[in-house]
Parts: sequence; structure tokens; C-alpha cells
Amino acid sequence: MPEAILFVVLAVIAVAAGVAVFRTDSMARASYALAVSFVAVGLMLLQFRLEYIGVITVLMMVMEMAVMAIFMIMFMGMNPALMPMDMVHSKKLSAGSAIGLFLLLTAGILLADWPESRGPAGGDLTASLGEAIMEPKMLVMLVISPVLFATLVSALVLANPRGRYSTYPLVPVEDADDDGQGKGQDHSGDSAGHAAHSAHGMDHGAGNSDGHGQHHGGGGHQ
Amino acid sequence: MTPGVVQQLPAWGPLVALAALAVVALSGAMVNGVLAARFSGRRGGGFAPIAEAARLLRQRRRSTVAADELLRRVGVAGLTVAAALKVAVLPVGAWVVSDLAVGLVWFNAMDVLVWAFVWLAGWGQNSVFPLVGGYRFLALALAYELPLMFALTAPAVAAGSLRMGDIVAAQEGLWFVVWMPVAFVVFLAAVLAFSLQRPFTAPMSADITGGVTGELSGVDRLLLLTGRYSLLSAGAGFAVALFLGGGSGPLLPDWLWFLGKTVVLLWLLVALRRRIPQLRPEQLMAPAWVVGLPVILLQVLVVAVVTINGRSS
Amino acid sequence: MTLELALIAAAALFCVGLYGALSQQVVVMVMMGLELMLNGVILAAAAFWWFLAPAPDGQVLLLVVIAAMTVEMAMGFAVAILLHRSRQTDMTEMASDLAG
Repeated sequence: MPEAILFVVLAVIAVAAGVAVFRTDSMARASYALAVSFVAVGLMLLQFRLEYIGVITVLMMVMEMAVMAIFMIMFMGMNPALMPMDMVHSKKLSAGSAIGLFLLLTAGILLADWPESRGPAGGDLTASLGEAIMEPKMLVMLVISPVLFATLVSALVLANPRGRYSTYPLVPVEDADDDGQGKGQDHSGDSAGHAAHSAHGMDHGAGNSDGHGQHHGGGGHQ
Repeated sequence: MTPGVVQQLPAWGPLVALAALAVVALSGAMVNGVLAARFSGRRGGGFAPIAEAARLLRQRRRSTVAADELLRRVGVAGLTVAAALKVAVLPVGAWVVSDLAVGLVWFNAMDVLVWAFVWLAGWGQNSVFPLVGGYRFLALALAYELPLMFALTAPAVAAGSLRMGDIVAAQEGLWFVVWMPVAFVVFLAAVLAFSLQRPFTAPMSADITGGVTGELSGVDRLLLLTGRYSLLSAGAGFAVALFLGGGSGPLLPDWLWFLGKTVVLLWLLVALRRRIPQLRPEQLMAPAWVVGLPVILLQVLVVAVVTINGRSS
Repeated sequence: MTLELALIAAAALFCVGLYGALSQQVVVMVMMGLELMLNGVILAAAAFWWFLAPAPDGQVLLLVVIAAMTVEMAMGFAVAILLHRSRQTDMTEMASDLAG
């Protein structure tokens, strides 16, 4: 019973924070309301005994929201005072479709004939996740590693202020350009940070059951 | 690997853990006070943190116009909360507050929360220099985070588990620091970074008028400074559990050895701070990713090869 | 803590995200709506896993969804930076060259 209450409280927090993302006036509050929503979902995953994935969700999402807050402020101005921010288009259509979809999904959830459970979850779920991803589901690891690496590289290439076509400067640029280069490095570091830390998140899961996974993941990064 | 036997404490456990964290952090601050006094030629100085805390508690809390109070208070109080949550999975000898099966990942998640809290503290003050301090912290954090994650993977691979109790137990024969020195050094550097100590005090440096602590006064300032020492103490405790054998040692009980090792390591880190210059925030990214990452990956490779050979033989 | 309760929570998150993704004008806010939708998907997948088939292999889907979310955010921010750099704007209306 206390588990169910905790679950309901976390679910309410997650949805309320999600709504708050779009209702609040401040950019920083919007980003961190989304972070609160993700932390609530991560804690709900902990209740499902998905410990590793729950903690990884909390870790990655807080990191992403911290970086996303920087992006929001970079693009949208710097006023931390609560400034009215109601920039929407087609408000009625989107609200209507969201509410309509919610009613449809709820009807489906309540009316569908869910099958019986196939038995309780057993054993060390983290170790079995590591084994699953290294043995029967190795295709997942093999696909995700190069995809994340490609994301890293392409995000850096796209975000680089030098552009995609200029050559790498072999002589140092003069001081006038220094800010651009420095900022470019930081921004591309931000985008790279997203992909890179998720790639490492995969390695956590693999590493604890079989050392080969570590080496493989390491090779994928470099 | 025999799983470590740790005993989960009953309901009074968290209070004891908090008290222990407070005592250890205070001892670190006192050592800092003594060293600062000796550096300027005075005697004594161990009372400095208590005097400073009393002064700050008495001070009136000031804030800027239209500051985001909620976010600032969350940011400032969050550092100590993150340190306390970290200590919740730390096994002191044979006792732990919460025997989480993924304790190591929880530690990592809590120090990512520090990213959010420091930035919120910088943003919430509605002033340019604290905001710059918050941004500087995120720039440093992006640089150290990947090497830290790999440095945390090394003991986990060697112990075959993410549970802190198992990692401590796997060091029965040989402490991990002996064959994972690179991971140890990287871990200590990351501890200094997420607790805003030198050489990573750019977010709080004097050239941006104190940075994240710029407009803080009274209780807020005390909470932020306490949070720094708490994070440093929690990080030292984890370094002992991950690399220095936890509570192992002759004669004395486990928990006493653990606390002793943590306190000694904390004092060493506090003393070390005075000798290192402060890094500019953009100076960390290139060395950390170009030199640090390959070195720590080689370390993890060595650990993995040794573990596989050890298991198959 | 039944399957229906967890799924309704996931559906609520998904629909709030849908509202955001459809209605916001700023690219970063659209991405936050997408994040909420993926959040709902993660919760729904975890609920299905726990209540219907708690086999170890099923958790891999959650990792895939989290990796997909990360990739989407990284590329989305890179494109947002490009948009800002070339057109000095962050509104989706300014990037509607291919519309209609």
C-alpha cells in the first residue's frame, strides 16, 4: 500500500511538472521543471526494481537539463525575472488534440484485455541486463555504439562556428576570432556531452558482467 | 567474488550518517582554518569555521532585485543534500544506510545533481557574475565527467558488481589503488572538481567577484560553503571505499579504520589545495579529453584484462 | 500500483508532451515537448515490462529508448545552433521553407 501511494505521488509530480514546463514564464524554471519530471519517472522506475535504468535516467536527464538550460537562455534572452512567455501557435488545435488523444488512450487502457503476467522478475536485474546486452541482444550494442559516435561527430561538425567547409586552421587564429572559437568549443562540447555520456551509460551495464564489454565499448568511443 | 556482508542500519541510520558527515566536514574545515592561519603567520585558526558559521548565521540575508528565490534556495541547499544522499550508499565498515544494488551509479547520479544545483545557485541570484560562475562550472563539469565515469567503471569491473559493499569486499587481497592508480588520480581530481576546490575554483574565483558565491549572504552563503566541504568529505569517503580498501586494517574495528582513512585523505586534499594554482575554465577540456580519456581507457583495459584472466584461471 | 495506473500516467505525460510539441514556437520548447513524450514512452515500456513480462531481455528496450532520446537531443541542439547562427532566430516559423 505505501508503495502504491508513493507511485501515485510520483506520477502526479511527473505530470504536474510536465504541465509546468509549458505554463511557466521563466526559461530556467521550464528546463528544471522538465528535470523534476524526469527524476520522478526515474524514481518510479526504481519502484519497478529497474534500479540501474532508473538511476541512469536520473543521471542523464539531470545532466541534459543542465545543458538545455544553457541553450534556452542562449537563444531566448537572459531575463531571470519572470517575464510573460506565451509564444504559441494553434493553441486550440494542439490542446484539443492532446486532450482527445489522452481520452482515447485512457479508454483503450481501461477497456483492453491485458494478458496475465509471465511470472515475477527474479535475480540480479542489473547483471542480467548486462548479460542480455552482450549475448542475445548484442545487435543493440553493435548498432547503438556507432550511432552515438556518429551523433558525436555530426553534432560537433554542425555546431562548429567555422562551418562545415572551411579547413582546419593550421596557424592560430588571431584574438578577434578567439571568442567565436572558444564558444564554439563549448557548444559543441555540450552537444558532444549528450551523446558521449549516454554511450558510457551503456558501458556501465555491460562492464559489470564481462570485461570484454568494456573493451568493446571503449573501442567504440575512440 | 564473495559478496560483501553489509548490514542495513535501522531507522536511526540516516541521522547517524548525517552526523558523521557533518563531523568529518567540520574537521576538514578546521584543518583548512589552521593551514590558512599558519600561512599568514598567526597561531590557532582551528576555530575559524565555527566563527565563520556564527557570523553568517547572524548576518541578514540580502538578495538582488527580482532574484529567483526558489531556484537560488534550491541550488544553495542542494549541495549538502547531494552529499548526504551520496553518503546514504556508502558502507562504513559493515554498516550502510541503504544497500542499493547500483550504489556506484547512484554516487555518479548525485554528483550530476551538483551540476544542476551550482547552476541554479548562479542563476537564482539574478546577477551577471554568479551566472558566469555557474556557466564556468558547467564547462569544467563537461570536461571531467567522462574521465570520472570511466574511473568509476574500473573498480566496478574488478569487483564484478555495482554494489558498494561488493567493491569494498573485493579489495580483501589487494587494494585497488595499487593496480588502478590512474583511476584513483582521476577520481580524486573529479572529487576536487565537483566540490569546487582548487584547482577547479574558477566558478568561485575572485576575478568574477566570488562567482557563484557573489551575491550570497547569511544562511545561503553558509549552506553553499558547507555544501562544498560536505561534497569533499563524501568524495573522500568514496575514494576510501573504492580504492583504499574500505574498512580493512588490523586491530581496530572496520568503521573506525574507514573513518580514520577518510579523515586522513580529506586532510591531505585540504592541504593539497594550497599548493595548486587555479585552472582557467577553458584549460581543462582539451587535456581532460585528449590526454585524460585515452589514459583512463587504457587503465580500464588493463583492469578488464586482469579481471578476465583472474576469473578464468 | 496496477498496470492501468502506470499506463494512464504515461499517457498523461505523452499528451502533455504532444501539446508542447505541437504548440510551441521556439525550437527548444518543441524539443522539450518531444522529451516529455519520450518520458511517457519510457514509463509505459517499464510498466509493460514489469507487469506483463519481467524477463531480463526486456530492459534492453528501455536502453534503446534512452539512447534514442539522447541522439535526438544532441542533433536537435546542433540544428538549433545552426538555425540561430544562419538566421538569427529560434522560431520554428522562420525555418518553414519546405512548408506547403
